[in-house]
Amino acid sequence: MDYTSIFTLMRAEVTLTAILVLLFLYDLLAGERARRHFTAVASLLLALQAVATAFPAASGELFGGMFHYEPMHAVVKSLLTVGAMIVCLQADGWLRDAETRHKQGEFYILTLSTLLGMYFMIGAGHFLMFFIGLELASVPMACLVAFDKYRNYSAEAGAKYILCALFSSGLMLYGISFLYGTTGTLYFDDMASRIDGSPLEIMALVFFFAGLGFKISLVPFHLWTADAYQGAPTAVTSYLSVVSKGAAAFVLFTTLVKVFAPMVEEWQTVLWIVTVLSITVANLFALRQHDLKRFMAFSSISQAGYIMLAVIGGSSVGMTSLVFYVLVYMAANLAVFGVLSTVEQHSGGRVCLEDYNGFYRTNPRLAVLMTLGLFSLAGIPPFAGFFSKFFVFAAAFRSGFYVLVFIALLNTVISLYYYLLIVKAMYITPSETPIATFRTDRYTRISLALCTAGVLLLGLVSAVYDGINALAYGL
Amino acid sequence: MIHMEYYLIISTIMMFVGIYGFVTRRNLLAMLISVELILNSVDINFVVFNRFLFPGQLEGFFFTLFAIGISAAETAVAIAIIINIYRNIRNIEVRNLRKMKW
Repeated sequence: MDYTSIFTLMRAEVTLTAILVLLFLYDLLAGERARRHFTAVASLLLALQAVATAFPAASGELFGGMFHYEPMHAVVKSLLTVGAMIVCLQADGWLRDAETRHKQGEFYILTLSTLLGMYFMIGAGHFLMFFIGLELASVPMACLVAFDKYRNYSAEAGAKYILCALFSSGLMLYGISFLYGTTGTLYFDDMASRIDGSPLEIMALVFFFAGLGFKISLVPFHLWTADAYQGAPTAVTSYLSVVSKGAAAFVLFTTLVKVFAPMVEEWQTVLWIVTVLSITVANLFALRQHDLKRFMAFSSISQAGYIMLAVIGGSSVGMTSLVFYVLVYMAANLAVFGVLSTVEQHSGGRVCLEDYNGFYRTNPRLAVLMTLGLFSLAGIPPFAGFFSKFFVFAAAFRSGFYVLVFIALLNTVISLYYYLLIVKAMYITPSETPIATFRTDRYTRISLALCTAGVLLLGLVSAVYDGINALAYGL
Repeated sequence: MIHMEYYLIISTIMMFVGIYGFVTRRNLLAMLISVELILNSVDINFVVFNRFLFPGQLEGFFFTLFAIGISAAETAVAIAIIINIYRNIRNIEVRNLRKMKW
């Protein structure tokens, strides 16, 4: 085997591992003064890594087909790194608290381990590799959710997350074991040619889908989401809702399209029902939330439903619109979570909808940024969210899912209502005790600037969509 | 020789006992044990399929080895979190974990 190709095809993984080791040593050896710049060091390294990963090389495979590399993977991986970098920037204020200061290094190492797991999950060409990546992405994530270990909420959320993650990976493995039993191989490429859609394989598909559905938090499998999102530290919540979900959605697309290609009828039916349920149920539950982190949890479930619209066609247009949707969703959601977490920091933990009454009078700039993010999530033109939703709908429509697209369109109207509830609270509803005026720290400001640029420009600069489209592959 | 079906019956029973236990048990450790049953049934499945259907190869055995190792790591994390809950509320009953609902 030619070992030099490890450094070209596994560039992302190798550099991320190097960063992990570097940050670990920094945590171990740096003095009190150097540690003050921990966030800057970590984000700078991640930014460099994202740039180094982003340039697509020719596709290829390693380790006898266990690891695949496509140009599209490079784009998705560097996208996830950018998301992780923004989360690190936003986490800075929280990590400087007296309670968490000594655990700053742990936060980065755990976050980057999950990121590494997602990389392996994306690049997997064999179910063993896929499984290891998935577990590497979810076990440190449980530690992150339970990170504030003296707060009851965080511990409770951690327990709910890890038990659901274990249960779902158990179900998924059960499905994979029957796939192995019927086809005799675990390689994605070989399996695709040997699957014939026998009843046992349909059962395996259902179990496998249930396992991945837990990770993306689609509706019948979404029950852990709201609790884990509410209880976790806000930085972790934003990481969960954006990076982890985006990676899992991409992986679901590639496995369904590559491995389960002969069973396209079956998984399209399953996906149809799950998509409708996700969007509708999540929207209805979001209406009755008062805690904004919980609210964003249900919003993210319905957004996951919209992402599934891109998956269901299985076309290369679907892949493009999926990656574009994840990119835009990342910018908008991180903008909202950035505001949420900085407000929580400066107001002593206020995260309820009522707390935001009169927010515009005291902090007009943050209110405007949050409004932009919410408008983009709701899909109002000319923000990026409108275009990403449009492409997703177009992809599903082109594949002939007219009813599905219609239901999804109706749901955007409902979602508009509850996103505007927050906007109304911020601008119109008066308040006796509004959140006091404060100045955000510079890391948060950088991250919010990045997110806002994304929300405003991604939809209008068509080079982004075209660039992704050039690399897409599908059924 | 024992036929493959018997092994599969055992593993299926283990799987669904695990699911039933996960849904009905009201203690975090009991839920964890139920999940372990699920994971072990998967290990049996892989080994049996490999041994009886594809005796020439080793993929199933290796998958089992990795699955055992990884599930051990998961259990370690889960138990750490459960101990943390016990420290906070002196209890690991599910009905006391109701800070967050709906």
